[in-house]
Amino acid sequence: MAARIWIFSVAVALFLSFSSAQDLQIVNAERRIDLSSHIVKAFFTLKVENIGKDPAADMLLAFPPTQIKHLSMVQAMAITGKKKKKTYLPLDVKPTEQPDAPNDTGYFLVSFATPLTPGETVTLEVLYILTHSLEPFPSEIAQSESQLVYYRDSAVILSPYHIKQQTTFFKTPSARVESFTNVEPANRAGKEIKYGPYEDRAPYSYAPVNVHFENNSPFAVVEELVREIEISHWGSLQITENYRLTHGGARHKGVFSRVDYQSRRSISGSSSFNALLAVLPPKVNSVYYRDDIGNISTSHLRTGFKKSELEFEPRYPLFGGWRATFIIGYRVPLEDYLFEAPDGRRYLNFTFGCPLVETIVNKLTIKVVLPEGSKDPSAVLPFTVNQDLQVKYSYLDIVGRTVVVLQKDNVVPTHNVPFQVYYTFKPIYMLAEPFMLVSAFFFVFVASLAYVHIDLNIVKK
Amino acid sequence: MAALERIPPLVVASFLPHSLCALVIKYESVIHEFDPYFNYRVTQFLSKNGIYEFWNWFDDRTWYPLGRVIGGTVYPGLTLTAGTIWWVLNSLNIPLSVETVCVFTAPVFSAFASWATYLLTKGSGAGLTAAALLAMVPSYISRSVAGSYDNEAVAIFALIFTFYLYIKTLNTGSLFYATLNAIAYFYMVCSWGGYTFIINLIPMHVLLCIVTGRYSPRLYIAYAPLVVLGTLLAALVPVVGFNAVLTSEHFASFLVFIIIHVVALVYYIKGILSPKMFKVAVTLVVSIGLVVCLIVVAVLVALVASSPTGGWSGRSLSLLDPTYASKYIQIIASVSEHQPPTWPSYFMDINACFSPLSDASSFVVLYIVMSVYFSGVMVRLMLVLAPAACIMSGIALSQAFDVFTASIKYQLGEMSNSKDDVKEKISTNNETKDDASSAKGEKVAKERPSKKGKKKEREPADKPSVKSKIAKKKALVLPLEASIVALLLLIMLGAFYVIHCVWAAAEAYSVPSIVLTSQSHDGLHVFDDFRESYAWLSHNTDVDDKLASWWDYGYQTTAMANRTVIVDNNTWNNTHIATVGTAMSSPEKAAWEIFNSLDVKYVLVVFGGIDLNINKFLWMVRIGGGVFPHIKEADYLRDGQYRIDSEATPTILNCLCTGTNLSCKFVETDGKGYDWVRRTEIVKKNFKLTHFEEVFTSHHWMVRIYKLKPQKNRIRGKGKKLKLKTSTGFSKTAKKNPWM
Repeated sequence: MAARIWIFSVAVALFLSFSSAQDLQIVNAERRIDLSSHIVKAFFTLKVENIGKDPAADMLLAFPPTQIKHLSMVQAMAITGKKKKKTYLPLDVKPTEQPDAPNDTGYFLVSFATPLTPGETVTLEVLYILTHSLEPFPSEIAQSESQLVYYRDSAVILSPYHIKQQTTFFKTPSARVESFTNVEPANRAGKEIKYGPYEDRAPYSYAPVNVHFENNSPFAVVEELVREIEISHWGSLQITENYRLTHGGARHKGVFSRVDYQSRRSISGSSSFNALLAVLPPKVNSVYYRDDIGNISTSHLRTGFKKSELEFEPRYPLFGGWRATFIIGYRVPLEDYLFEAPDGRRYLNFTFGCPLVETIVNKLTIKVVLPEGSKDPSAVLPFTVNQDLQVKYSYLDIVGRTVVVLQKDNVVPTHNVPFQVYYTFKPIYMLAEPFMLVSAFFFVFVASLAYVHIDLNIVKK
Repeated sequence: MAALERIPPLVVASFLPHSLCALVIKYESVIHEFDPYFNYRVTQFLSKNGIYEFWNWFDDRTWYPLGRVIGGTVYPGLTLTAGTIWWVLNSLNIPLSVETVCVFTAPVFSAFASWATYLLTKGSGAGLTAAALLAMVPSYISRSVAGSYDNEAVAIFALIFTFYLYIKTLNTGSLFYATLNAIAYFYMVCSWGGYTFIINLIPMHVLLCIVTGRYSPRLYIAYAPLVVLGTLLAALVPVVGFNAVLTSEHFASFLVFIIIHVVALVYYIKGILSPKMFKVAVTLVVSIGLVVCLIVVAVLVALVASSPTGGWSGRSLSLLDPTYASKYIQIIASVSEHQPPTWPSYFMDINACFSPLSDASSFVVLYIVMSVYFSGVMVRLMLVLAPAACIMSGIALSQAFDVFTASIKYQLGEMSNSKDDVKEKISTNNETKDDASSAKGEKVAKERPSKKGKKKEREPADKPSVKSKIAKKKALVLPLEASIVALLLLIMLGAFYVIHCVWAAAEAYSVPSIVLTSQSHDGLHVFDDFRESYAWLSHNTDVDDKLASWWDYGYQTTAMANRTVIVDNNTWNNTHIATVGTAMSSPEKAAWEIFNSLDVKYVLVVFGGIDLNINKFLWMVRIGGGVFPHIKEADYLRDGQYRIDSEATPTILNCLCTGTNLSCKFVETDGKGYDWVRRTEIVKKNFKLTHFEEVFTSHHWMVRIYKLKPQKNRIRGKGKKLKLKTSTGFSKTAKKNPWM
């Protein structure tokens, strides 16, 4: 084991061109990494001190290149007050580039609420979420086997700052851990592996560790999700969600025996999943669950005041690598989601993200279909997404409906936060289509009246 | 104005199918059965690729490795209709999916069909009643419920409309209607193979008219353009093509075409010559004509005799000789739709025939006689009978209602006024009506109830009503009580009919067969195993994998799973089907070899849950044995039965289809291998497969999918070095790419 431990530190003080990096130090860091599902959540508690002479307005969080591409989101909060009077103040976090980043390290810049004066300390809570970071090994398993995965990280925290004291905990879903890299001091107790405490590590210290453990939680990965939210000013929002679901865990190999699967559920297909839970808005109605070839009859809906829960099963249980597609559609009353802004514009307030619990969405597209005739659409989101405008022609449209397309990759349930789409709309447009229909029928009847009453014969009968 | 008053009920009648189908959508708007899935897939292709691509469509996803020329082998009417509807709707920005359009094509056309029935029954109350009856008649409902996206859905409308236009032309003698008639016939040819019914029935009627001396120029105009234009147009449809002039089904029309010309000539000559001259001419012409006729007949006979089936296609032959199919063509016999119907199916389907026949034109009589015969031969043609029966009973019902209500009105009028002039008026009314319902009608009326009475003892309310009807005909003005009771009985009968229709539509015909349900103590159980397996196939196998299954599931597999199949429901190649049948009924190794030679990767077997699907297996053996003599049905039989218990023959136990089914470790499900349907214990348990592996089984075990295991490397050498050499060098070069 000792041979695999290599700690490298990079002399950065000389090369990094800005001062704040040198002027901060981390007094105490504690990192808890939750490996119990396929979404890896890391909770970071940092105590940062300004040891420089100038006030520091922000600090950097560093991530190794292998993690940066799987990083779904980073959030930071400053803790003020003590013990019971603790208050959390969300801080602004945004990705940045550093010109001299060693080994393609990725950075996030956390801006303090108030610049840190020399000698002052602040406690930060950082949450970051990694997706697709558990590598199944063996990569193919038979039906009766349990799923083992690798998680690779560093025992010490990668940071551009000097860390005085730090500890890292890995929490595994079960007590079955095949192996873990030993970086003294490291020990395991039940479901928890503890690395540290380590004292006085130089900036950019790195100690790769590899944890091999059992994880049979459902690796539900939505490869692509298209949610279409259609606003009708006649009183409802129609939401249609197209899912392409896959099992992202170890691939299934060989026989699938239904007998074993149904009679010995506990040991057979333990890594597979056959039921999913979607959390839908309250007051949801007209819910349907189907796929390309028809209705799927295995679903239950529980409606509540705060949320509705749709428990459903895909047509067949999903083993590693198996795929399924389905569509969920529902309707919610408009008055709960559409409001009028003070400036006269209207805005839709709806939840971003994927309603399925504990799923990763590789590619999420949200299409907000505004009513025909609405203008100046703009979307407000707490994070960056790709935005686009399209035109959709639906029932009897002439000019088409404006569609605001929001697209984001690598979405996790933490992204389920409200977003707003603002637009202007004149209520008179609502009457356009009924008027069209009425006039069409009117002309048909007038034409038939005329046809009955006009004699087109040349010769009088 | 009178015509306008009838519009609202007609609208109601044409909406009946819709409301009925809305009443009975029990599951979802989904396409039913097998053939509709193929039609759906074709429509999808059409809507995606356009009409020209459609005509040239060579489908490589079915009948692998042969493929199938879809554009030239389908009746395109239905597909083009639905495709056009879809296109129109979408260009109006009504974004309905192709599936929705397909599902609702049948109800829409059944509304058209009841409208056409109204027209064919020549307006009046009878037409309305007939239209309402047709809207509900169970045998037609079977093809007109939402989701029954089959050729018959549009074809019945086309059939009735063609007949209407024929009658219309016959009555008006207008070339305009004759042309429309030819176009309607063209639409019928596009839609359904049953168009031969029209092209044989109309000539028969024409012949009948000529024989009974009712030839008129109107008859000529009704018939001659239809044959000329109709045949030309029919030849435009790729699937018919030159068959329109070459096959025997069409010869009757040509023969009558010649006859009608001869007759027309005779009438013409008769008109311009004096009677004496005419007699001379007749003898002259008859002597020459006989010679010519003999020659023509000789040529025809020679032509027909030279073709193997005597110029008739197998299906048509089985129409003429009901036992033909089971004798010669196993595959036709194996389709239950082509079999003679059982009597219960008559009761089920035709509940509408309480009918004394009244104002019946000879055409309608001929129509019903012929359709009764054909439906007796082939259950599928029950459909053709349905409109005829509806027209008959529509006329009968409305006549009965007329008389009853008139007599009630008369009686009431007598009570209140007791004036003679009223009575006179009513009685004259009744007389005119009696004239309308002609003497001929009464004769038939007397014959019919006796005939129907035998068939329909199930309906106790039927007899009294018929009796009362006959009684009414004699008395004309019935006593008040009797007519009220009879009226009530009739209404009750109508109500029973409606209830029966709704029940039949809901229970028997709205079940999309791919979804099964069972009612148990803890609620409804849905068996959606077929779609489960198709969904699994479509998402978890490679897009170019080939799947072998019995042909029943071919259409569904290509439409729902989008995988290439070896055989499908278009049973055009008996040998290919026999190959699959042979493989299914062979021992595992032989089956593997056959499937491997066909490039098959997966085999889909329908397991039927707890029971074994022996009924399908029977046909696999028979059809396989029909082409490959080494498959002998006798090997599978013990005491003339297919048995899988301790008495089973070794052949059946070793063969693939049952073998795979048996292999499912019954022992572990319920202690012992037990066939629940046959209540027998299966001897061969713990069957271990060596050449196949189970890759998927649906939730209720109805469908099982097996994968062909790859061939093992042939390593038989003793030395290790030799082993290495053969495995790395030789065996790999034998495969496709040595560099892989």
